[in-house]
Amino acid sequence: MMVADFIFFMFAAVVVVSALMVITVRNAVHSVLFLALTFFSTAGLFVLLQAEFLAAILVMVYMGAVAILFLFVVMMLDIDFTTLRKGAREHLPLGLTVGLVILLEVVAIGMGFHQSPESAAAAAALEPMNNTMELGKLLYTKYLFPFEVISLILLVALIGAVALTLRQRKDAKRQDIHQQLARKREDAVQLKKVSSGEGA
Amino acid sequence: MPVQLPDINLTLLLPEIFIALAGMALLLLTAWREDQEGRELVANGTIGTIVVAMGLLWFTAHTTRTTTFGGMFTSDSFALYMKMLMCTAALLPLLVSRDYLKRNEIFKGEYQVLSLFALLGGLIMASSGDFLTLYLGLELMSLSIYVLAAFRRDDKRSSEAGLKYFVLGSLASGILLYGITLIYGASGTTTFTDIHAYVSGDLHHHGAIVNLGMILILIGFSFKIAAAPFHMWAPDVYEGAPTSVTAFMAVMPKIAAFAALYRVLLEAFGPLHAEWSPVLQFLAVLSVAVGALAAIAQTNIKRMLAYSSIGHVGYVLIGLSVGSDLGYQAVLVYLAVYIFMNVGAFTLILLLNRDGVGDEISDYQGLAHKRPLLAFLMALFMFSMAGIPPLAGFIGKLYVFMAAVQAGMIKLAIVGILFSAVGAFYYLRVVKRMYFDQPQSDRDFEMEVSIPNRLVMGVTGLFVVIVGIFPEQILTWAKISMSSFQ
Repeated sequence: MMVADFIFFMFAAVVVVSALMVITVRNAVHSVLFLALTFFSTAGLFVLLQAEFLAAILVMVYMGAVAILFLFVVMMLDIDFTTLRKGAREHLPLGLTVGLVILLEVVAIGMGFHQSPESAAAAAALEPMNNTMELGKLLYTKYLFPFEVISLILLVALIGAVALTLRQRKDAKRQDIHQQLARKREDAVQLKKVSSGEGA
Repeated sequence: MPVQLPDINLTLLLPEIFIALAGMALLLLTAWREDQEGRELVANGTIGTIVVAMGLLWFTAHTTRTTTFGGMFTSDSFALYMKMLMCTAALLPLLVSRDYLKRNEIFKGEYQVLSLFALLGGLIMASSGDFLTLYLGLELMSLSIYVLAAFRRDDKRSSEAGLKYFVLGSLASGILLYGITLIYGASGTTTFTDIHAYVSGDLHHHGAIVNLGMILILIGFSFKIAAAPFHMWAPDVYEGAPTSVTAFMAVMPKIAAFAALYRVLLEAFGPLHAEWSPVLQFLAVLSVAVGALAAIAQTNIKRMLAYSSIGHVGYVLIGLSVGSDLGYQAVLVYLAVYIFMNVGAFTLILLLNRDGVGDEISDYQGLAHKRPLLAFLMALFMFSMAGIPPLAGFIGKLYVFMAAVQAGMIKLAIVGILFSAVGAFYYLRVVKRMYFDQPQSDRDFEMEVSIPNRLVMGVTGLFVVIVGIFPEQILTWAKISMSSFQ
């Protein structure tokens, strides 16, 4: 038990510190890297909870894809973050006070949380099950309806991304076979009578 | 390995399935037919889809409460009423926006398809019996509308509106989700009926967690319905978004959010009325005050209507916070009236908007001298929003205040009536501009009024007058739909 506690506190400390670093470091690229560290440590916490599937997803999707994509965006945008932060400094004392009060309240309420015997028993009963298989079964049975709705949300995200960013470049020479085949002789060939001695 | 499927009754969600499939079919049509004719086809198809969905709703709805997918999806007369309102609130703006979209070169298939998916999200919210379904419906709706708000992507203000709405909407979703996790942490369930059973019993030492979760959920909703003090985004987004989108998002998402709020407050947190009522009262008073006072300073009619809608949300919240049957029915009537007043006003704004002129209140100067009928209709909607009898807006406010007085919340009613009087000032200012000021010399108000526009103006205008004089029928419907919660 001691070892598990030690590992938990280590990961938890890294999560908190790196999350703080995300919003405090000046360099946006460092900020994204700290975000990746936060994801990784959270994945560690999931492993401790024996939720190895969630941990793997977190590492693959969030660290491997999302954070790296962020990194690309941040590198390409070239935003001057120091000027963006100027306003934040003035509102810092008020924001900190409000945040601190809310934090204290949440902590105070969280202190009162006790696990009921029923849920402890339920957790014990779940012990021998295989995470990935159970998740899969739940997704396609109990949570079938939300699962389908999520697919619609992803479709909307896709439509949105294309509708807001796709631009047909006018200067690109794109081959349109349909247009080529539909072209008639009259559109392309002109017959001109050229009088002698003057040229076309 | 035995797999237990939940009870699945697909007939209950036939309208939703139809809209989803039709939306995807129209999307394919958009991809194949990029010419003008194809776009007209998609637009007509969208309107047809909503009409068919309304028919399906009417014939498949269960008046007694029926659930499917293990309680995640509910069908009852309340859902039917709210869904009919939402379909109307999506259909009418789509009918009148075609000319506006063409003028601004955003008449594209994606616009129509996204509107359909936003409607679908709203329908799912109104039927949700579980926080999961509710949240996903909300996200489907919001995500579609974020994109719609930014749809004029070459216009700086439209992009800004979309981004602002997106960032603040995501924050609101985060707060809502945090609330939901706290409730889940305490009760171990996300289903409304189970939460109801949990909070009815002895909460032991979890009372504080449940309350905190509930308040966070209410804050998340307040963002979505733009109730003060969480309204900051609304004026900017209403102003920056294309006017046709503003007309859409001033009505449809509000109805959806209130439908979901009914489900959460009555089905899940019904026994905690004493806890959530003061929160709603606070939001209500602040909203009517902000709606009335801040609107006075506005010169842009879209911003003015944004503040006006914040005020309307305040009156609706008064009705909700009362907690009596009369209050809940009053809110349902108010929401129906709200749709028609708003769509009517926005139809005229869409019509008068030409080449960037028509968003300022001063652009309406002297409208009555040139187009008396249009000015009369605009005046009708303004009077109705101000709550002047015998128009529908008055009936909505009357029922809400009656409910508040009957429940002994006389102070709340008085505050509402006072700010309603203050609010009348800025509505009447528009009327004054139209009737008593001379038109600017270069403005002739010459425009074609297409047949769908005439139709919608006629329907909304008649509704505002007829419901104002004979409100019984709509109150009966509201009563029937509230019977679902007994």
